[in-house]
Amino acid sequence: MTLQGMACIEARNLRKAFGATIALDGIDLRVEEGRILGLVGPNGAGKTTALNAILGLTSYQGELKVLGRDPWTERDQLMRDVCFIADVAILPRWLRVSQALEYVAGVHPRFDRGKAEGFLARTNIRLASRVRELSKGMVTQLHLALVMAIDARLLVLDEPTLGLDILYRKQFYDSLLNDYFDRNRTIVVATHQVDEIQHVLTDLMFINRGRIVLNCSMEEVESRYLEVTVRPEQVAAARALRPMHQRQALGRTVLLFDGLDRQQLDGFGDVRTPSVADLFVAMLADKPGDKPGNQVGQALGNYEGAAR
Amino acid sequence: MNTQSDAMPESFDAQRVAPAVLSPTRPMYWSVRRELWEYRSIYIAPLAVAAVALFSFTISIIAGIWERPLRFDPGTPQQPFDMAAGLLMLTGIMVSAFYCIDALHGERRDRSILFWKSLPVSDITTVLSKASIPLVILPLLTFAITIAVQWVMLLVSSAVVLVSGQSVAMLWKNLSFFQMSLLLLYHLLTAHALWPAPIYCWLLLVSGWARRAPFLWAVLPLVVIAGVENLAFHTWHFAALVGGRFMGDAPTISSTGPDMFPTSPMTHITPGHFLSSPALWIGLAISAAFLAAAVRLRRYQGPI
Repeated sequence: MTLQGMACIEARNLRKAFGATIALDGIDLRVEEGRILGLVGPNGAGKTTALNAILGLTSYQGELKVLGRDPWTERDQLMRDVCFIADVAILPRWLRVSQALEYVAGVHPRFDRGKAEGFLARTNIRLASRVRELSKGMVTQLHLALVMAIDARLLVLDEPTLGLDILYRKQFYDSLLNDYFDRNRTIVVATHQVDEIQHVLTDLMFINRGRIVLNCSMEEVESRYLEVTVRPEQVAAARALRPMHQRQALGRTVLLFDGLDRQQLDGFGDVRTPSVADLFVAMLADKPGDKPGNQVGQALGNYEGAAR
Repeated sequence: MNTQSDAMPESFDAQRVAPAVLSPTRPMYWSVRRELWEYRSIYIAPLAVAAVALFSFTISIIAGIWERPLRFDPGTPQQPFDMAAGLLMLTGIMVSAFYCIDALHGERRDRSILFWKSLPVSDITTVLSKASIPLVILPLLTFAITIAVQWVMLLVSSAVVLVSGQSVAMLWKNLSFFQMSLLLLYHLLTAHALWPAPIYCWLLLVSGWARRAPFLWAVLPLVVIAGVENLAFHTWHFAALVGGRFMGDAPTISSTGPDMFPTSPMTHITPGHFLSSPALWIGLAISAAFLAAAVRLRRYQGPI
């Protein structure tokens, strides 16, 4: 199977409705091979639905090809090249670690058992343990060890580190980047803990109410958006440049601009690239018709901490 | 293991296993293994019943040594053997029913369906592997355990007969062990696998469909249909039909006397009659339809 020049994921007008609720409202998406795409959105924005469609776990309308296959009708073949870790530990509680290795080795043509055992040897997980005896962090480590030993082309992560402490979270992404990722693989990760992974991402996508709000590379984000902590006496002048968002931080006004030159803003105060979390709030909180604050605050659980 | 390299450009180490194609039976084999890991009662329950049966038989026969005449009659030795086989059949039926009602529900309840679906195993392989437990694995397991139990019983009773000074030859002659075993295998595969298949497949289907209380959803419609039939026509045909299927009461598998145990040497099996009976094939067609529906359902189902 050659996929040269083909996108890893390609969607056109992807739609999905659950009764009257529209989860995906016509999404166009193209993810090239070798990218790490961060999918960010409030709860109920359609992230999980989008990922489920990519994984063949839910039906949809519109066109969707993952590694050249239709996920809904070819899930089992697709899963030879796609791996998946979901928001909560989904490994069955009765499974022994050794059985997990045996089973995946039995059914997966691209699984390297020795490699998985190597990863596990670095943790405190014993082969004889059952999943129910492991801590939440260890279950995630186990799942990651299984997945990293699979020579897959696409890895889909849906809130993989939810509920883990910061040590496990950091270790999770470090392992992924150092031991797993290379230019032949593609990773799509949906998470609320954006600040922790923004240095990892090559692409960023905001999704809200089933629609894509932002879809660009991280370089674009850095060149396009600037955040200025404006000196009090210059607030009015800075506002004249039509910031897309403003907020108060420690009594100072912080303005976020789209598409201005750094030189234009230098005079007003500290200029820097906004964090993904700040950008997210700026783009989603002020949308007319949206409930401000609540929804977004919830979506970015760590926003308060991130906002300094 | 196959070390043939595939189309992937990078290679990690020499023993990296990446055969492009797995034999299609491998996912099936491992799916069945998975069921045996998850539902250990499949083999623990019959083994426990076997142990209890052996224990009570041994107690009974040893206690009988001091009685005259022997409690165990070498002239008509089948009775305890039939009892053990019957107990194990009953166990098989119960384990099958409880297994089926949980098989496609449990993986949704504990969300592990997301893990199973993240692996290259098709829904049809999964559903067929689950159906194979009551239809293939349990009948064969019941057969193997029953034979083992009966062997031990035969050895124990031979020893006792010897001690009591009677002829072991008569015991062995009257028991016709080999014939009993063949009849048992035939009975298990027909009356306890092919004949009740629609019942087990129905349970699997409900297990994959119901969001909660699959047992209720499985049994209630049957009770309602039976009740309506009785109210309308004062008959119990539907209840008799379902009950007969469930308990393995297949009239066409042999021409046996009413009180005769299916493995009795007097049994005259009629496999031709059974295999050509429309009732069997209608049942199998219904089973296939239930399984097809269960496969389709699993594609749509996620965690509950």
